[in-house]
Formats: sequence, C-alpha cells, structure tokens
Amino acid sequence: MTTRRVVIDPVTRIEGHAKISIFLDEDGEVRDAQFHVTEFRGFEKFCEGRPLAEMAGITARVCGICPVSHILASAKAGDDIFAVDIPPAAEKLRRLMNLGQIVQSHALSFFHLSSPDLLLGFDSDPAQRNLFGLIAQHPEFARGGIRLRQFGQEIIELLGGRKIHPAWAVPGGVREPLAPEKRDHILSRVPEARQTVLDALAFFKRYIAEHREEVEHFGNFPTLFLGLVSKDGAQWEHYDGYLRVMDSEGNILVDGHDPRRYTEIIGEAVEPHSYLKSPYFKPWGYPEGAYRVGPLARLNLCTRIGTPLADAELAEFRQHGNARGVVLSSFMYHYARLIEILAATERIELLLHDPDILSPHVRAGGAINKLEGVGVSEAPRGTLLHHYQVDPHGMVRRVNLIIATGQNNLAMNRTVKQIAQHWIHGARDAKIPEGLLNRVEAGIRAFDPCLSCSTHAVGQMPLIVRLFDAHGQLLDEVRRD
Amino acid sequence: MSVVTLTINGQDVSARDDATVLQAAREAGIHIPVLCYLEGLSAVGACRLCLVEVAGVNRLLPACTTRVQEGMEVHTDTPRLQTYRRHIIELLFAERNHVCAVCVANGNCELQSLAIEVGMDHVRYDYVFPSLGMDLTHERFGLDHNRCILCTRCVRACDEIEGAHTLDVLGRGAKARIVTDLNMPWGESPTCTSCGKCAMACPTGAIFKQGSTVAEMVHHPEKLAFLKTARERREWRV
Ligand code: SF4
Ligand code: SF4
Ligand code: FES
Repeated sequence: MTTRRVVIDPVTRIEGHAKISIFLDEDGEVRDAQFHVTEFRGFEKFCEGRPLAEMAGITARVCGICPVSHILASAKAGDDIFAVDIPPAAEKLRRLMNLGQIVQSHALSFFHLSSPDLLLGFDSDPAQRNLFGLIAQHPEFARGGIRLRQFGQEIIELLGGRKIHPAWAVPGGVREPLAPEKRDHILSRVPEARQTVLDALAFFKRYIAEHREEVEHFGNFPTLFLGLVSKDGAQWEHYDGYLRVMDSEGNILVDGHDPRRYTEIIGEAVEPHSYLKSPYFKPWGYPEGAYRVGPLARLNLCTRIGTPLADAELAEFRQHGNARGVVLSSFMYHYARLIEILAATERIELLLHDPDILSPHVRAGGAINKLEGVGVSEAPRGTLLHHYQVDPHGMVRRVNLIIATGQNNLAMNRTVKQIAQHWIHGARDAKIPEGLLNRVEAGIRAFDPCLSCSTHAVGQMPLIVRLFDAHGQLLDEVRRD
Repeated sequence: MSVVTLTINGQDVSARDDATVLQAAREAGIHIPVLCYLEGLSAVGACRLCLVEVAGVNRLLPACTTRVQEGMEVHTDTPRLQTYRRHIIELLFAERNHVCAVCVANGNCELQSLAIEVGMDHVRYDYVFPSLGMDLTHERFGLDHNRCILCTRCVRACDEIEGAHTLDVLGRGAKARIVTDLNMPWGESPTCTSCGKCAMACPTGAIFKQGSTVAEMVHHPEKLAFLKTARERREWRV
C-alpha cells in the first residue's frame, strides 16, 4: 500500500528537536504518524565492562533528565545482586527522594511547560505562551508552581547534596542518613505545597469542564496500562511492589507479577525510525500490546492511593473514565500528575514523621551474591527497569533498561496520529496547518517524554514536522527552533 | 651535611645540600605541581610536571629529582612552564578515558585538581579513546586502566613500603600498563598482601576500593610518608 507522508519529525542532525512524520494515504487522509526519538543511543553499551557500584552514577549522568529515577532503579538492581534487604531507614529515604522527584518533575511538566497552553490558550501569541507570559498574566499561579517545583528539588538536594549527588543511593542502601534539621525544614514547607496543588486541581477541573474538545482529541484511545502497585492491596506505588497490567475496560490481565520476571510480560520491538525500543505487552504481541505507563496508568491501576486527600481526588478523577472508571484520554495525564503531587505531599509528611527516618543505619554491606539483578521503580514518567548481568567480580556484562518514554512511544505515535487526523483532511497539496504544531506539541507534552527537547525549553518545544504523501514525497516541512 | 643558599622565584632559600629543589621549595612554602612524586616514596622524575627553569641550564629540570646547588637561580612558574604543564595535563587526559562525572575519585583526584590548577578548559589533542579493561578480581581493590596515568606511585608504594612488589609496569610507551605479578589477575596474586598502600598512593581513580561509587574514593597518600618516617625513626621500637 502506498501512502503519503506528513512528517512532524525530530531531525537527527539537529540535537534536541522533536521530529514528527505524518503520512497521508492516497486520499490525503492521515494514515500514520511517528514521533521519532533519537536519544539514548548506545546507552546500554556504555555501561558494559564497568563495576556494578558505578552503575547508578553512570546511568544518572547519561540519561540526565530524571537522574533520581535511574539512581534508584540502579541501586535496587544492586540490592538484588547483593541479595540484601536494605535497612528500613534507607528504603524510607529512597522513597522520600522519589517523592521529591515526582513533585519537582510533575510541577515542571504542569506549571512550567503545559499550563501556558492551558491558561493562555493554544492559539495565543507563541512569544507569550510560555512561563514568562504566564507570570505576567497569572503571577500567583505561576509563582506557586515555581515554588512547588523548588519544594521537590529541595528534598532531593537536602538528601543527596547540592546538584543531586550522582550516587546517593547505592547498592545496599543510601550513603547518608537524614539530619533532623533537614527533616524539620521539609516538613515546614509541606502545607504551602499542598495548597498550591489543591488550587491547581480546582483550576484544572474547571478547565476540562470547559474544554471537552482537548480531552476528546488528545490521545483518547484504548490501550493497556502497566505499572507498579503495592504488594499489600494493590495501592498506588512509586518505589516497589508488583507489576500490574490492565486493559482499557478495567480488566486486570496480570497481577502480583514479580518485576524480576518482566521479560515474561514485556517484549521489546525496535523500529528503524527510532533508537528507542518500543516495549509491548508480550501476550498481545506487537503492536497490539501497546501500553501506557506513568501518572495516568498508575491512577488507573491502583485500587486506592492510601492517603485521604488524594483518594478523594482519585474518586472524582475516575468519574471522567469509562463505565469501569478507566480514564483513557492522554490529556488526563495532567490531571493525574496533579493528584500524584497531592499524594506525594501526604506521603512526604507521613514519612517525615516516621520514627525510622532519622536512623543512622542506612547502608547494608554486601558483595556479589547473584550474577543477575533487576531494579524497578516508578519514575515520574512511568515504570523504569534496570536489569544487569555481572560476572563474579561485579563487572557488568549486560545491561537492559526499560524506560518510561520508550514504553509510551507507541501511545505517543497514536496521539500524534489522532491529532493530525483531526486537523488534516483530504488536502492533496497538503500543507501542515497552522495550529497543528501547538496541538502536537501539547499532545506530546501530555506524556512528558524525557527528551532534552521537551524539558529544556521554558518556551516552545523545538519541533520539526514533516508531511509526506502516499508515495513518500515530502509535501511540507515546518520547523520551529 | 651542609647548607646551601639558592633563590627560587627571586626569593632567598636555604636548604640542606642533599635536598631536591622540590624539597627546598616546599620548605620555603613555594608550590610546585607534582604528580608522580609522593613524599615517602623514591622520586622517579616520570611525569615532568614539576619541571623548573634553572639559570644557566638549557634544559628544564624536574624539581623532584634535581639536587639544590649553591647559588642556584630557580624559576618555578614562568609562562613557558605554565604552557608545558598544561600540555602535559592535556596529554594525560587525551591518552586514556577519563569521565570525571562518573569517576570514583571525582572531587578527590590529583589529576583533576591539576587540570583546574593549570587552567585546562579543554583538551587540544585528539583523544585516543584506547580500549582498556579493568581488573576487578581482587576482593578489596579494583584497577581501572582507563584512569591510570602510569605515575608508578602504586608500584613504588608496593615495593618500597610494603615490600611485596606485586605491582609493576609491563610494556613501553603508549602500550605500558600496570600489572600484578607476572601479568595475572590481581585476585590470584601470590604476593599481594591486600594492604591497600597502592590505593592510598594512587593519585587518580585508577586504583580504588571495591564497591566505591561515584566520588566515594578517598585516597590517603600522607599515610605513606607517615609510615616511612615512623619506620626510619623507629618510632615503634620494634
Ligand atoms: S581519575 Fe581523576 S581525572 Fe581521571 S576520570 Fe577520575 S577524577 Fe577524572
Ligand atoms: S594505578 Fe594509580 S598509582 Fe599506579 S601508576 Fe596508575 S595512576 Fe599511578
Ligand atoms: S613530580 Fe617530578 S617528574 Fe613527576
């Protein structure tokens, strides 16, 4: 079958651009769309031949968008290889840091990157549609968001040292206990953070009531969902637990699955247009087994969150879902992110009041006791898996990483396709319509992919969109730097 | 023993006649950068970082192996020396694979400190990117050839202070490598006493404690000088 091709595409040679290709069919209708990811090349090779102890530092540096998540997954893979149970304080501190990471990353995604679209409108002046425009028009809202992100960052810095120590979490635990002054300081900032997110939730709920179109057309389709849930009662989980897979009807397909056996349920496809592997749900095959991870998936998967404020919000959130309460629109990732920030503020408070949290015993000694280990955690963007094989001396032989953005890759393609289908129709001399770029950008942003192009820019995402006809002829290209 | 007088950077300095220029300078509080020299070990003059200018001598002389002389006029920090030092450091970086951000010695590395000291903001030579392995077979220590600058401090510490002579250098020039015994895995060494003096001596992240994570390896070179002096003065009266 021949098709025409519209490319919204991150050109490889331009670093940090999101590249998108849109393909048309003979009738000029959108047949397919691809969001190309060009990062993470050679990433895993880079780790081979290095000692296990260095892995946290290496993965955190090479994949610099969410270092904390890699540090945690890597340290957990190390715990597995050491075959140790880490001290209770170490687990709680790691959880605390991950919550800090979730707060800061979600706040960045919602307030800094996405809310200018929501508050100022998709078609507002691009020069104004950014954080600075937001500060000018909604100073309270913008400032609250900036401070919320700082709150999350501060937790990370107070625990890991200035600029995030690249190896704060280590196989066996963490490197340093928490000092009482630091605990008190974080606690003192919780109320403000919570108020900010409650206000943002109120705003967002009004927004979706008034903007049904965005909710309907931003990646609203059935897929599977995959993520961690807690071992006791399948509650919301971000650090440990079992893998759960749910279909769009709310049927639980896999439950209580030990992440160490992830290869039984996750397959990895490699597509020529992307360096990123596209994981899929193995029993359903590729590409039918496309699944989504991240905030939306976590909220769909869990039975409850486990803290009162967040659980109340979750109940309301599920009313936006289908008959079984499963929320399908990728636009609702934003909503899910806010609820997760709220949950994080509640959990942070609980953790800081835990008597174990100041314990000086934070690092278990260990040695290479197994030649293979898997570490899993929920990064802000979704489930993150580190799988290492080592030799008897701890030299890393093989590394496999499954990252959130890879897992969402198929869903991101479908989102872009759905948006393009809504905007491009039967134009044989097709042009990339005005307004498409902003929508596509917002569609991708809903997933908060961990690409430098998507997070470095306070303003617009650098994008290249290409439109191809049914014969692969380039019809139009729009580039935004 | 007699005392000689010389000038270093125009400053009058006196020193024992068996002292080196480096010792005289240190005594007088004048800093000369070094890498292969370590107090407590014999000086080998290998890295050339301590080169100084001596009036009336055409060549540059290594301060760590050059004896003081009466009336000597020494300069330690001329523009020419600064340029050479920077080149030496750049060559050391270009020669092996140094990724400080993920290195066990980050923040605690003499090579890194010197790069900062000589103002190395980039490397003007092409990186060689040699494909080098590491030896993790020893239960307590690891050796990463990627970060080794062949200063031989570990070899001398092992030989002169511990007396084991487990470590040595194999090959020449760009092919030179630190080896254990007859080039066997360190973990199988019949001579290594696992004392860790090599790890104390190493100026970089090349020799480290097993399990060290990024920036976690702290060296203690001063302990070697302490051992040596204490032994010479028979402080323990054994
Ligand atoms: S040994 Fe020193 S210079 Fe080399 S990578 Fe490590 S910190 Fe950097
Ligand atoms: S291992 Fe360390 S002490 Fe030994 S030669 Fe290499 S850099 Fe010098
Ligand atoms: S310190 Fe003198 S040559 Fe190395």
